[in-house]
Amino acid sequence: MTDYHLTHLKQLEAESIHILREVAAEFDKPVMLYSVGKDSSVMLHLAMKAFAPGKLPFPLMHVDTTWKFKEMIKFRDEYTKKLGVDLIVYINQEGVDAGIGPFTHGSAKHTDVMKTQGLKQALDKYEFNAVFGGARRDEEKSRAKERVYSFRDKNHRWDPKNQRPELWNIYNSELNKGEEIRVFPLSNWTELDIWQYIHLEGIPIVSLYLAAERPIVWRDGIMVLVDDDRLPLEPGEEPEMKMVRFRTLGCYPLTGAVESKATTLPEVIQEMLLATTSERQGRLIDSDSSGSMEKKKIEGYF
Amino acid sequence: MSHKSDLIATNIDEYLKQQEHKELLRFLTCGSVDDGKSTLIGRLLHDSKLIYEDQLEAVKADSVKSGTVEGGMDLALLVDGLQAEREQGITIDVAYRYFSTAKRKYIIADTPGHEQYTRNMATGASNCDLAIILVDARNGVLTQTKRHTFIATLLGIKHVIVAINKMDLVDYSEEVYQKIKSDYEAFSVKLDIHDLRYLPLSALIGDNVVNESEKMPWYQGAPLMSMLENIQISSDRNLDDFRFPVQYVNRPNPDFRGYCGTVASGIVKKGDNILVLPSRKTSRVKSIFTYDGELEEAFPPQAITLTLTDEIDISRGDMLVNVDNLPALSDKFDAHVVWMSEQPLLPGKQYIIKQATRKITGNISTIRYKINVNTLEQESTPVLKLNEIARCEVSVSQSIAFDPYKTNRQTGSFIIIDRMTNFTVGAGMIIGASSKTAVGSWDEVSRSDLLSSTDSRVSAAERQARFGQIPRVLLLTGLTGSGKSTIAYALERRLFDMGRAATVLDGQNMRLGPSRDLGFDADARSENLRRTIEIAKLMNRAGLIVICAFVAPSEEVRQKAKESVGNDLLLVHVNAPLEICQERDQSGVYQAVEKEGLDTIPGVSYPYDVPKNPDIVLQTDKLSVEESVNSLIALLVEKDTFDLGVSASLGYL
Repeated sequence: MTDYHLTHLKQLEAESIHILREVAAEFDKPVMLYSVGKDSSVMLHLAMKAFAPGKLPFPLMHVDTTWKFKEMIKFRDEYTKKLGVDLIVYINQEGVDAGIGPFTHGSAKHTDVMKTQGLKQALDKYEFNAVFGGARRDEEKSRAKERVYSFRDKNHRWDPKNQRPELWNIYNSELNKGEEIRVFPLSNWTELDIWQYIHLEGIPIVSLYLAAERPIVWRDGIMVLVDDDRLPLEPGEEPEMKMVRFRTLGCYPLTGAVESKATTLPEVIQEMLLATTSERQGRLIDSDSSGSMEKKKIEGYF
Repeated sequence: MSHKSDLIATNIDEYLKQQEHKELLRFLTCGSVDDGKSTLIGRLLHDSKLIYEDQLEAVKADSVKSGTVEGGMDLALLVDGLQAEREQGITIDVAYRYFSTAKRKYIIADTPGHEQYTRNMATGASNCDLAIILVDARNGVLTQTKRHTFIATLLGIKHVIVAINKMDLVDYSEEVYQKIKSDYEAFSVKLDIHDLRYLPLSALIGDNVVNESEKMPWYQGAPLMSMLENIQISSDRNLDDFRFPVQYVNRPNPDFRGYCGTVASGIVKKGDNILVLPSRKTSRVKSIFTYDGELEEAFPPQAITLTLTDEIDISRGDMLVNVDNLPALSDKFDAHVVWMSEQPLLPGKQYIIKQATRKITGNISTIRYKINVNTLEQESTPVLKLNEIARCEVSVSQSIAFDPYKTNRQTGSFIIIDRMTNFTVGAGMIIGASSKTAVGSWDEVSRSDLLSSTDSRVSAAERQARFGQIPRVLLLTGLTGSGKSTIAYALERRLFDMGRAATVLDGQNMRLGPSRDLGFDADARSENLRRTIEIAKLMNRAGLIVICAFVAPSEEVRQKAKESVGNDLLLVHVNAPLEICQERDQSGVYQAVEKEGLDTIPGVSYPYDVPKNPDIVLQTDKLSVEESVNSLIALLVEKDTFDLGVSASLGYL
């Protein structure tokens, strides 16, 4: 290191740690949204680095739609316990009472009630004013313009046309009561950066990201994992066993598996680099219409 | 998305190892509406084979729908994000795009060309190393082109590539290219661009983007992508001045007290002596802690945690610096301000100023002038409006530590926040402590009105009787090497031997002590002399003759000293031709000018005002030290400082 150079990953790491510390220093009620996915895993790892040797000065929060992969929940509980971090699990009880689910109400309604509304309820309940999210700008076109500190009004809405200018690494943390800032420490990371960093740092991730023999059925052109008996099977339908993995993780009925032989991280990266389709294609939620993510974000979806 | 390499399929582990050593280059693309920025970025991604099939399919479908490019693919659609702008066909906000090659990872800030979105352009430029300024070959250099070039350089971008686009529409004409190049040169010569390159291309067709153009054999240079790959950016960093704005204090247990932050510039090593600003407490670096283990040294932009050997009070907003290399510390400074709000900037209105990790209130005390971005001329103005740029004086409620933006982007930048709307309304780049302030500090009154001077019970007359002299201040001014210090100390010796009480204040003892925080620009020199004069006055009051040996290059500042002391100050011009001074010089400053281009050496790279009304001129190329001292003794006698009776009888004159 005598030439005083940082590799691009070390630069990204330093930038993220800077953001995490800024928020912890300037906000009285920060929270980190933890989705158990690979981006969340990297964000949590960076937070552990930022505040070492101390503990995280904020809790994690998982908005549980009750339709997550079983393995995600198990991983979540074990890993957060091992790290000794505080975890809040929030479930939209109204949605549960109304029996909202992706099979009965469709993906749009389910996501809105259990995820978007659930998040708003949780933010209102705990009065968090700075909310870390693991989103990256390279994920989707409308995210490419999001600030690191993304301002939300008291109704948690985003106004893409009236964003605060963000210069250098000086962030505007001024808020009125009831308003909040969504903070994206991984803004400048790409999918490849995330995988490489997980590989380099040996960050634990849910094994659903690695290929294994799993029971799947086909729904609307995507392969869905039969994760529990809530998945309605057609008469006479039998799940097939296939070598599959997941490129993103969400609600199991809404997340498509891809066929894969990649059982190690380098193999996953290899498949990803050789792939010809982009990451979010496996998600039902984005394909409703062009610009649909932007609409959801204005509504307060993460 | 990443560059395709055969290694991916054959040896993924080796490929990943290679990827670990990539550099990061951030650049922005800017130019006028319809110059083809988004198309260029789309082309860079497309020709580098960085587009996924599903994205390409979506673009093909969208191209048919929008119909902007007849029968073809509108690559701009890959880039334009928000729905509103897709419909309007313009880019309204900074969009960040990412791609990488085997050598570098790139972050592109795609910034809007519309005049009203200048603030976003400044936003995009603030984190970039390089700018691509697009010019439409049919239109040539426009107002927007100049504006964007100016903002890019104002925000400290050192590398500029002028991409003359749409060459296909002017028949790939070299003449058109040369004309635009010379127009641009005529404009940009007034700006401080460290590295400027020109390039003819067609983003739509793909000429000179990734692949060399066959249509422009007259162009000998590299295509855009290869320029981006090879431009050296690492030397742009400041590794000299250690600055560490404290972000967060980490106290997990009573045994650990860590100061977290990002190294803004310079290098810090374990054991370094540091100074805390603004409190000026000193300590030593005990350890450089990171999650991955302790470091021996750290450099920018590493995010680290420092622990110190002493328990001193340090909090967020303080700055740790090396004791031997200090930033400016002031509550008033001059800065270039870019205004970003519909509500105009009002001088005197209180705003929140955020600089490094410090947040304080402050105001723009004066708008010195507005800069016309088309002509770069200075215009006076009462207010600053959206997208206007001005040189302002900023006053803040407490002194802050800073450096000029030119030498330090991290400690020389700030944002301005409106206290009512919470909106970021302006961005500033510090030029330096206000020149007015420094000279003005001679006239400033004490901050505390509880203070008053109490008369001593020993009268001046009693002291004069005791010492047999009336105290005076001799101010010896002259170039480095003119002989000031030699004469000052020889005079001190002579006076002592004569039974008089005298002492010397010079650049050495002042700069090692009371003025060790000061640099060598005009403001700092002025302040150094002000402090000297204050000390000299205290010594005068104690009855001593004080000999001050200083370059003191500014006539204005010397006049201030004269006003401050009154008739008891005698101005001595120690004069010798520059060549002789250079020959005599023992400090090595003159050689340093030649070697390192120092721009702070009076008489060479910095003005020295010849004193207008000195009490005496000592022509030291003709006089010996002895003769010079004799002349000064004679001057002191002439001014009734003491009489020679006793001394003369002892044989000293």
